[in-house]
Amino acid sequence: MTASAPTLAVENLRTYFFTKSGTVKAVDDVSFSIDAGRVLGIVGESGSGKTVTGFSVLGLVDPPGRIVGGRVLFKGENLVGADEERLRRLRGGRIAMIFQDPMMTLNPVLRIDTQMIEAIRAHDPSMDKAAARARAREALGRVGIPSPDERLRAYPHQFSGGMRQRVAIAIALLNKPDLVIADEPTTALDVTIQGQILYEAQKLCRESGAALIWITHDLSVIAGLADEVCVMYAGKMVEAGGVDAVLDAPLHPYTRGLIGSVPSRNRRGQKLAQIPGMTPSLIDLPPGCAFRTRCPRADRACAETPAITLPVPGRPVRCFRPYSS
Amino acid sequence: MTAVAEEPRRRAAETPFRRFAANFAESRIAVAALMGLAVIAAAAFLAPWIAPQDPFDLKQLDILDSKLPPGSVGVDGMTFWLGSDDQGRDMFSAILYGLRTSILVGVGASLGALLIGMPVGMLAAYFGGRADSLIMRIVDIQLSFPAILIALILLAVLGQGVDKIVIALVAVQWAYYARTVRGTALVERHREYIEAARCLALGHRRIVFRHLLPNCLPPLIVVNTVLVASAIALEATLSFLGLGLPITKPSLGLLISNGFEYLLSGKYWISFFPGVALLITIVCINLVGDQLRDVLNPRLQR
Amino acid sequence: MLIYLIRRLLQSVVVLAAMSLLVFVGVFMIGDPIEILINPLADEIEKDRARAALGLDLPLWEQYLAFLFNAVRGDLGRSFAYNVPAIDLILERMPATLELAVTATLIGGVLGVPLGLLAGLKPHSAAGKSIMAGSILGFSLPTFWVGLMLIMIFAVELGWLPSTGRGHTGRLFGLEFSFLTLDGVQHLFMPALNLALFRLALVIRLARAGTREVALQDYVKFARAKGLSQARVVWVHVFKNILIPIVTIQGLELGQAIAFAVVTETIFAWPGMGKLIIDSINVLDRPVIVAYLLVTVFMFIVINLLVDLTYSVLDPRVRLAEQRA
Repeated sequence: MTASAPTLAVENLRTYFFTKSGTVKAVDDVSFSIDAGRVLGIVGESGSGKTVTGFSVLGLVDPPGRIVGGRVLFKGENLVGADEERLRRLRGGRIAMIFQDPMMTLNPVLRIDTQMIEAIRAHDPSMDKAAARARAREALGRVGIPSPDERLRAYPHQFSGGMRQRVAIAIALLNKPDLVIADEPTTALDVTIQGQILYEAQKLCRESGAALIWITHDLSVIAGLADEVCVMYAGKMVEAGGVDAVLDAPLHPYTRGLIGSVPSRNRRGQKLAQIPGMTPSLIDLPPGCAFRTRCPRADRACAETPAITLPVPGRPVRCFRPYSS
Repeated sequence: MTAVAEEPRRRAAETPFRRFAANFAESRIAVAALMGLAVIAAAAFLAPWIAPQDPFDLKQLDILDSKLPPGSVGVDGMTFWLGSDDQGRDMFSAILYGLRTSILVGVGASLGALLIGMPVGMLAAYFGGRADSLIMRIVDIQLSFPAILIALILLAVLGQGVDKIVIALVAVQWAYYARTVRGTALVERHREYIEAARCLALGHRRIVFRHLLPNCLPPLIVVNTVLVASAIALEATLSFLGLGLPITKPSLGLLISNGFEYLLSGKYWISFFPGVALLITIVCINLVGDQLRDVLNPRLQR
Repeated sequence: MLIYLIRRLLQSVVVLAAMSLLVFVGVFMIGDPIEILINPLADEIEKDRARAALGLDLPLWEQYLAFLFNAVRGDLGRSFAYNVPAIDLILERMPATLELAVTATLIGGVLGVPLGLLAGLKPHSAAGKSIMAGSILGFSLPTFWVGLMLIMIFAVELGWLPSTGRGHTGRLFGLEFSFLTLDGVQHLFMPALNLALFRLALVIRLARAGTREVALQDYVKFARAKGLSQARVVWVHVFKNILIPIVTIQGLELGQAIAFAVVTETIFAWPGMGKLIIDSINVLDRPVIVAYLLVTVFMFIVINLLVDLTYSVLDPRVRLAEQRA
C-alpha cells in the first residue's frame, strides 16, 4: 500500500435531519476510505442513509439536515466546515457526482452544450467557449453518444433515459476529477442499458485513475464492479471489507440476509428467502442495534448499540454476535 | 389484553381532520386571521342588534349630525365613534350594515358560482371526449377575459339591484370552479379506486358523488376562499363605480364611493373607515386561504 | 406550427363574432336611449322621428346586420352624446389607457420577479417574510381604495403629486404620451402605481411559488454539484424555469390592466377609454359602449393569441412537440 493519503477517508460521519416530527439520524457513525483507482460500493436498502452520505461528502445536505460530527478527508483535507467557496471549487472539479434520476438531473430548458460548457468554465474561467465546446464534444464521444455535434444543441427531453445518464457521466468526467460519487445511476434504467452504463463507468474510471464510489441497493452490481464494499443499515455502517471476502463469508446477519435473498441464490421451487420485517423508521430511532427486530441471532445484549469491532483484520463489523468467517 | 384495548383509542385521536387542524394551526397568523374573520362575521350578522343606530332608517338621522369627525357627540347625545357621513349617518353603524351586505353578496355569489361550476367541471371530467373539449373551450375563453369587463357588460345590460350583481358575480366566477374541479376530477378519474368502482358496475351517480367528489374537495376549498375574497372586492369595486348595489342596500363599496367627493376637503373618515373594514375582511380571508393552500398542497409535503 | 396558428385564428374570429352578437343584443336591451337624449316633454312623433334618424326603429336582426356590415368597414356608429364616430372616440382615448396599462404591467413584472425570487430563496429571512406580507396586502387591498388613499396622502396631505388628469404630454410617433415630460410623469406616477399594485403582488406570489418549487428540483442540486456559482444557479437555472409561466401571465395581465384601468381612470380622472365607458354606460350611449366592448374584446383576443405563441417559443418542450405534431 502507498504511503500517500487515500483519495477519500470518511471518519465517523454523522448527518442528522432536524424535522418537526423528530430527529432523523440519516447518517450515524459511518467510516470508510477509498484509494485512487479503486471502486468502493456502498450497499443498503432505501432509507439506509447511503444517498445522504454521498451528499455529505460534497457538502450538499440541505436544511433541515446538517453534518453534526465526523470528518471527511479528501486527500487529507477536511471538508466538514470548509468554507463554501472552497467546496464549490471542489464540486464538479476534483469531486464529481452522478445522480440517480436522469430525467430530473438536467435542466429541461437549457441546451446540453450550455450545461456542459458551464461545468467546464466554472472551474476554468479562462477557457474560451470554442475550446470548452470541443472538450464537451469529445466527452460525449467517449461515453458513446453518436453524432455529438447535433446532440450538443439538443434539449434534455430529446434524449432517452440511458443517453441522459451517459451525458451525466460525461459531465462528471469533464474536469478529470479525482473522485466520482455515483448515486444509484442505473436504478431508473432498464437492465440492458444498466449493463452498458456500468461498463462505461468502470472503464472510464480505470482509464483516468479516478476513485469511484458506487452507491446502490443491488448486490449483484457490486459483485461485478467493486473492489471494496461498505454495507449500511438504518444510517450506520454495519460491515465493510474487500468485496470477495464480504460476499463469500459475510459476518453481519444483515449482509448474510441480503446475500441470501438474491433470487439467483435461491433454488427453484423453494420459497424465496427474505429478511423478515421492515426497515425501521429513522425518526427518533430507539437505542440498540437497529437490526435486532429482524435478526435471527439477536439476544438481550443487542438492546445496546454495538460498536465497530474487528474480528478479522480489514473486516470491520458492527455486531455483538457476528458470524465467524 | 390491555395493550389491545389501548390501541384503538390512541388511533382515534389521529383522524385526518385533527391532523389537518394541527397543520393549519402551525401558522399563528392564519389562526389569528381565522379568529378575526369569526369576529367580523359575528359583527356583521348581529348588526341590527349591536349597531347604535340604524343608518337606513331616515327617522333616526338628523342632517345636523352630518360630516362630524370621529369621536364627536351628535345632536341627541349619541357618540359618533367613527364620524358621520353627509347624511348624518353614524359611520360605525353604516360599516356594520355594509359589512353584512358585502359578506352576504360575496359568499352568496361564490356559492352560486360553485353550485354551477362544480357540476359542470365534474361532468366534463367524468365523461371526457367531445363534451369535455367543448365545455373547457368555453371555460377557457371566459377565463381569458378580465372579470371586471364581463361584470361591466352584464351590469350595463341588467341594471342595478342585489340580484343582478349576484348574477354578474356568479357569471364571472363559475368558470374558475369549473376548471379547478375538472382538473382534479380528471386526475382522480384515472386512479385505481375509480376503475375499481366502475368494474363493480356502480352507477354513474354513485361513483361521482360517493367517490369522486370527496377527493376533489381540497383544492376546491382553497379556490373557494380566494374567490369569496375576490367576489367581495369585485362587488365593492362595482358599487364604487356606481354600477352595483342601489343606495338602499349599500355595501362597503358604496359607502366608500359616497365619501369620495369629501376626500379632497379633508373629511377622510367617510371613505377611510369603510375601506379599512373591507381591507381587514379581505386580508383575513386571504391569509386563511393561503394557509389552507399550503396545508392541502400535496407537493409541499413535509 | 402553421396549422396551429390557423386554427387559433379561426377560433378567434368565431369568438369575436359571438361576442359582437352578445354585445349587440345585450346593449340593445339596456333601454331606450331616446328617453335620455331627447327632451322628455317631446311627444311621440318627435321621438319616432329621432328613432328613425338613428335607425332605432328597424327590427333587431336588421340592426345587427347593418351594424356588422358597418363594423367590418370600421364604422361603429356615431356616439349619441358626442356626435362623433364612436370608433374615433375610442381610438383617441386608447393611447392614454395603453400608456397606463403598459406602465403598470411593466412595474409589476420588473419589480415583481426579483422580489418573488428573493422571497422564494430565503423564505424565512426578514426580507422574505416582509415581501410576502407586502404581497398579501397588495393582493387584498381593493384597487379603488388604494387609489383614494394615495390621493389623500400624496395629493391632499403632502401635496407632492397632482391628483387628477394627465398633465403635459409629449409626442412620439404622432401619439401623445405622458412619460415624455416631467409633468406628465408626475401625473402618471400615482395611477400607474395604483394599477400596478395588484399585478405586482400577483407576480411576487407566482415568482415565489415557482422558485420554491424549482429550488427543490434535482437539476438545481445537480447544478450546485457541478460547482457552479450561486449566482449562476439562481439567475440561469432557477430563473429561466420560473420565467416561462410568469411571462405568459404578464401578457394576460396586460389585458387585465387595460380592463381594470376603468377604476383607476375614474378615480384619477385619467382621460382614457375606461372613464369613457363608465360615462357612456350612465348615459346609455350605445354606440360607444358597443365600440368599447368590441375594441377591448378584439384586443384580448390578439393578446391571448400572442401569449400562446410566446409560450410555445419560450418553452422548448412545447415548441418541439408542436413541430412534431
